[in-house]
Amino acid sequence: MSADKKVTFKKIKATGQMRKIMADYFYDLDGAVKDETQKVAWCTSVGPAELLLSLGFKVYYPENHAAMLGATRQATNYIPVANAIGYSPDICSYLTSDIGAYLKKETPLSRAYEGIEGIPKPDVLVFNTNQCRDVQDWLAWYSREWNIPLMGVSTFRNIGEISDEVLAGIVQQLKDLVPKLEKISGNKFDIDKFRETMAASKECTELWEKVLETNMASPAPMSFFDATIHMGPAVVLRGSQTAIDYYELLLKEMEERLADGVGAVEDEKFRLYWEGMPIWGKLRDMSELFIGLNTAVIASTYCNSWIFKAFDPADPFLSTARAYTEIFIVRDEEYKEKYIEDVVRNFKLDGILFHDSKTCPTNSNNRYGMPERLEKRLNIPSLTINGDLNDLRCYSEEQAKTQIEAFIEQLEAM
Amino acid sequence: MEFFAGIDIGASTTKAVIINTKGEVIGYSVTDSGADFELAANQTFGQACEQAGCALDDCIVASTGYGRNNVPFASFAKTEISCHAEGSFHNFPRAHILIDIGGQDSKIIKIDNDGKRINFRMNRKCAAGTGAFLEEIANRLKIRLDELNGLAEKAQDNVQISSYCTVFAATEILSRIREGSGVPEIIKGIFTSVIKRVLEMDSMEGDLAVSGGVVAHNPFLVKMFEEKTGKKIFVPPLPQLTGALGAALYARKAKEV
Repeated sequence: MSADKKVTFKKIKATGQMRKIMADYFYDLDGAVKDETQKVAWCTSVGPAELLLSLGFKVYYPENHAAMLGATRQATNYIPVANAIGYSPDICSYLTSDIGAYLKKETPLSRAYEGIEGIPKPDVLVFNTNQCRDVQDWLAWYSREWNIPLMGVSTFRNIGEISDEVLAGIVQQLKDLVPKLEKISGNKFDIDKFRETMAASKECTELWEKVLETNMASPAPMSFFDATIHMGPAVVLRGSQTAIDYYELLLKEMEERLADGVGAVEDEKFRLYWEGMPIWGKLRDMSELFIGLNTAVIASTYCNSWIFKAFDPADPFLSTARAYTEIFIVRDEEYKEKYIEDVVRNFKLDGILFHDSKTCPTNSNNRYGMPERLEKRLNIPSLTINGDLNDLRCYSEEQAKTQIEAFIEQLEAM
Repeated sequence: MEFFAGIDIGASTTKAVIINTKGEVIGYSVTDSGADFELAANQTFGQACEQAGCALDDCIVASTGYGRNNVPFASFAKTEISCHAEGSFHNFPRAHILIDIGGQDSKIIKIDNDGKRINFRMNRKCAAGTGAFLEEIANRLKIRLDELNGLAEKAQDNVQISSYCTVFAATEILSRIREGSGVPEIIKGIFTSVIKRVLEMDSMEGDLAVSGGVVAHNPFLVKMFEEKTGKKIFVPPLPQLTGALGAALYARKAKEV
């Protein structure tokens, strides 16, 4: 089998609509920066976005911007700039590439969207450490740079059962943010608005879950590599009707693919799990490599991370705390293994790919023996690829390709 | 067609093996890969054909190695992981772990009783535990690669080299030289370093076989490996040609199909 054969890449028709709503989102943010009455908040991607939206903030997500730096293969131009001011090449390459791009006064936003000159300068920076400490350090840099208030939620990590005490602590932290955010936004907190926003977020993420679940079918209609792009609205537009409309459209298209027996990969022979961050600068190459190998990479922890089942508008503070704490990245090894096991069984997967992302330890779950434990537990093979989310200097294309091809040859011989 | 050829274009050298229908090696060759993989494939294959007394038209050709897609006359390509497993099981038809130490990568391949691959590991993006590490250190010490084995054999002692990084290891060696360590002891130390880096890549339960250019040129390193693991280690008759042999065996299988 050769991965170098010519491949047919099946474009998702909804992509045009996604580009439009993402453009509208960035123009809206840019407009907000120019309008003194409109306040802008930066929020980490699994941070308390619904609370911010309900207070009238326009919300910008720096991780989305950093992923753009990676996907446009610009990140390695910027990482060294942040390294030079003391931010190690071993820490989050989202952080280093984003700060580096700011220091060089460059952004993919101005290349993609005519008239946008820079990233939207915020009035407040809000984090949740549920993902890692780096997000806090990242926003703290901008807080010092612009003298803008930094606040957020510190979440316990590596937890199994989520106790009431843990949730109570987070609820208190969220409530403590409210008066500070009211002051910055100039708007009074309105719990009904919070409920409304949460209901919209819930609907958005439930539709996103349905989109991802279409991949339980064989052939699977959507690859992981497509899903990483199409989850953009679930990250930055959740809480809005626009995102709901978008996922209804995307779901319809995926259901049509199901009805027509159209798979993302022609002649699908193997089905794999992707555990860890995408390698943003290599999405297209990876996608084509796997199409050439008749292998569908169709389930992932990453894309599932924006499904917030716990949202309950009846109790928005408690359910925010629960939704943003019960995500995979926060949990202990036993929870994570059971989670992957369920996905592997439900999606009928043949193997697991672990991406050991050099600068993202919290999303590199191969490092504490999990692949070996899961191989035994599930009786399927796994492969670990060394790479990085944004720093392509940490990725050896030839070595990764050889390992992936060898892994598929191994599956063929089983 | 009565002959089956395997061409393994590795990062450092290109290897060709020609086998007959019985799986016996009747011709082989090794050349430097250089910058032109296609040229290296042509030259190596030509030399192996000459030895075997056959021509391209008599052969089914399979390619492997980093340059596996640069062999226009190959019928198909397989990764070096699969080919090393196939070649090693041909030499040692039993469950075993193959440790291949190549020019720029090392592989640990676990093979079951039926010759199927259970698992494999490759070194991370780093020269530690590969031939490139030995080459760099030999270059720093101004020693030819073919002198390493003899020097290591003469060592009275083993100098400890701790660093993963080749550059740091070279610095460490300078310190050992300043402290008065002899060159043979340093060479034995770098052999130990390669063995340690390889052994930490995976668990090593069961029978072990070794292959690759580093093994082919340094039989003393195999002896050290045996001392370190306390196991008898299988070494194929042509250690550097395990991958090419495996490709030739796949070519033979393709004919059977």
